[in-house]
Amino acid sequence: MSLTDKIEAEGFDLKALLDPDAASEVTRVMQICNACRYCEGFCAVFPAMTRRRSFDEGDVGYLANLCHNCGACYHACQYAPPHEFGVNVPQALAAARNDSYAAYAWPAPMAGLFRRNGLFVTSVISLGLAITVGVMLAMIAPQLFWGVHVGEGAFYKIMPHTVMAGIPLAISAFVLMSFIMGWRRYWRHTGAKWGGFVDLFDAIKAAASLRHLGGDSSSGVLSGPGCPTGDDRSSNARRIYHQLTMYGFLLCFAATSVGTIYHYVLGREAPYGYLELPVVLGTVGGIILCIGTAGLFVEKRRMHPSVRHDEGLGMDYAFIVSLFFVSFTGLLLLAVRETSYMGVTLAVHLGVVYGFFLILPFSKFVHGLYRFAALIASAGEARRG
Amino acid sequence: MLDNNSQSLFEKSWDIVVIGGGNAGVCAAITAAERGCSILVIETAPREFRGGNTRHTRNLRSVHDEPTDVMSDRYTFEEYWDDLMRVTKGVTNEHLAKLTLESSQALMEWLIERGVRFQTALSGTLNLNHTNAFFLGGGRAMLNSLCRHAESVGVQFIYEAEVTDIALENGFCESVDVSWQGQSHHIRCKQLITAAGGFEADLDWLAEGWGDAAKNFLVRGTPYNKGRVLRVLLDRGAQPVGALDQCHAVAIDARAPKYDGGIASRVDGVPFGVVLNNSAERFYDEGEDFWPKRYAIWGRLVAAQPDQIAYAIVDSEGVERFMPSVFTPIVDDTIEGLASQLGIDPTAAKKTIDAFNAACPSGPIDQMILDGKATTGLTPEKTNWSAPLQKPPFYGYPLRPGITFTYMGVAVNDRAQVLMQDGKPAANLFAAGEIMAGNVLGQGYLGGIGMTIGGVFGRIAGAEAARVLNR
Repeated sequence: MSLTDKIEAEGFDLKALLDPDAASEVTRVMQICNACRYCEGFCAVFPAMTRRRSFDEGDVGYLANLCHNCGACYHACQYAPPHEFGVNVPQALAAARNDSYAAYAWPAPMAGLFRRNGLFVTSVISLGLAITVGVMLAMIAPQLFWGVHVGEGAFYKIMPHTVMAGIPLAISAFVLMSFIMGWRRYWRHTGAKWGGFVDLFDAIKAAASLRHLGGDSSSGVLSGPGCPTGDDRSSNARRIYHQLTMYGFLLCFAATSVGTIYHYVLGREAPYGYLELPVVLGTVGGIILCIGTAGLFVEKRRMHPSVRHDEGLGMDYAFIVSLFFVSFTGLLLLAVRETSYMGVTLAVHLGVVYGFFLILPFSKFVHGLYRFAALIASAGEARRG
Repeated sequence: MLDNNSQSLFEKSWDIVVIGGGNAGVCAAITAAERGCSILVIETAPREFRGGNTRHTRNLRSVHDEPTDVMSDRYTFEEYWDDLMRVTKGVTNEHLAKLTLESSQALMEWLIERGVRFQTALSGTLNLNHTNAFFLGGGRAMLNSLCRHAESVGVQFIYEAEVTDIALENGFCESVDVSWQGQSHHIRCKQLITAAGGFEADLDWLAEGWGDAAKNFLVRGTPYNKGRVLRVLLDRGAQPVGALDQCHAVAIDARAPKYDGGIASRVDGVPFGVVLNNSAERFYDEGEDFWPKRYAIWGRLVAAQPDQIAYAIVDSEGVERFMPSVFTPIVDDTIEGLASQLGIDPTAAKKTIDAFNAACPSGPIDQMILDGKATTGLTPEKTNWSAPLQKPPFYGYPLRPGITFTYMGVAVNDRAQVLMQDGKPAANLFAAGEIMAGNVLGQGYLGGIGMTIGGVFGRIAGAEAARVLNR
């Protein structure tokens, strides 16, 4: 029986005709995309695809983390469902991306935490909150806890500085180690190559501007139509909210770092004045972090159901909400720090922060890590041609 | 929204009804809506598949006298004209062809102003960089932008509505009959613009031009272009233009679906190997020119072979020279093995390939240029990129004619008015896009000119219809 007779007799079977060894939905979809390539101008994923003829597991991990889940390619796709080819790149890559977080997780037995991640993150943060508040209530005399404290060292009347800083320091060592190991796993698995600082700078530029949520690779760093929100209409809203979140987080991080310098180098104890650097950084950072996370929450809800990866939603929401509470309780502390509510607000804020630090390596936070690594690899590939 | 308002859509008397929601129809709708007309666009496909073959397009061929941000060098009217004359061999309405080419540059600017984004040529299509502007994200993204703009200027769309008849008497149109959700509706309009595409998805109609061969054709384009509106117009006295068997047809992977396979079904490997028919014989110069200039003739070439089937064969060096195709090629370590997998005579195939290999010149080929590496003493000759197929494994791709769109349509004048059989233009009936492309394309094809014809005549039809209404 000749091949075409066979097709006529048995009908069209796309799955059998595509790579029979296809490792995943990503491989299947990429084989179709690579024969079309209309989406090349949207972002870095499609140019990276055209540099490959076949896709192994490492390639899947790379492309999945390079994708920013903007959805432009879905709305542009002539093969999107209900077409029989059923191409949905954002969803295929989102599923693979979630799997990759688990695959690169360190310590490896923690990989399971990326399943039902929303429950895990919420539980740990609630637990962190409960323990911190509980321990403080139990150990601190009520008149101290509910007292009004002002001037240098006011916070440390509630909790000694060594304890307050010691806990996150211990957590940080673990978090940092986990990040380093995760990065290493990603780098090896995807076969990425270090091409020098020129690629690093390019990746920093892409991350700083979130270029790949701009919806048009050829447009300037801050222009571009943005990505589809809800329907096929494009907007830069998600890009802006994400950057508010990212820069807000970085400003808060900077506030903590500057505070540490004040404490150990300048020998000055918190709380600092409203116009002093640590407070200004923290206030501005906290406010834009609140706006950014609230905006991301709304954008997430508005996302087109075909582009959204529902299994990953729990992780996304849990992370966004916990970030919101970290910044919101910080701002609240600033507002009430000269009242008798300072003690309880400090306890709540520290509880949320400790919990948040603990979950970092097993939360949506890792998207930044792997995506940045993918951006470096992509810059190198593009440069080498 | 449509479901609630649909009754009012059917009851209203529209300034202009546009049949077909592709590039041509939406360009017409926008043009007239911007002049204050009330417009209803009737689209037969569901919203996800709207816009006919626009969904499958990727670029637009446009004149430009200097480099633009998306096109290199320049593409003058004269060069465009020469290209068109070469592919059509002069079978064109020169007046309308000139109008199309002259309006192409303004069309691009007009589209950009309405939210369409362009980009430079895609990888693997670099030789189109100086003639064609590519849509960012392809034709569906382009159409999404256009439809959004159309809605913002008040154009109403109704999907899954099929036109069953047009009340057309003495070149004057009063209404159209539409079947929607199993019910028949009568829609009144002052002007009617038909932009409903060709008849490529009607295999029986294709068979009127091609005979039994048509049953082996794959329809690479939209399954919704069944030519129903074209048939009504011709039955009601519109003057036909173009031959029944003329169409945009490329050689696509025989394993592609019967309809709607689009760009991904194409096979680009022809210039880097040989193509055999089912008697295991070569039948045409595979290396005649760069593939983007030749792919559009291979549909007809394969259609002329027995059983309308052919097989492109490359070796492991050749397979790296072109974009991967969507379907995994058939692979074998020997030519004989590959031939039997493909279902052609192994001995004959081996003999043909051996003869081809013996006729190849020595030295490497250069696919970036017409390298003149021609076979000697072979019929048919392969004039460029002739390298022996000797490095296993060997790869085979079965090919079928894949029709994108048909050319036979209704004759129009330079105001996009449909001409009736007496040669007079219909008073309030216009045509744009594939349904009238045969006025310009008598035969052959130039990549991206379909979208140019659609956009140019869509804009003319919209403007003329609005002008008749004093808008």
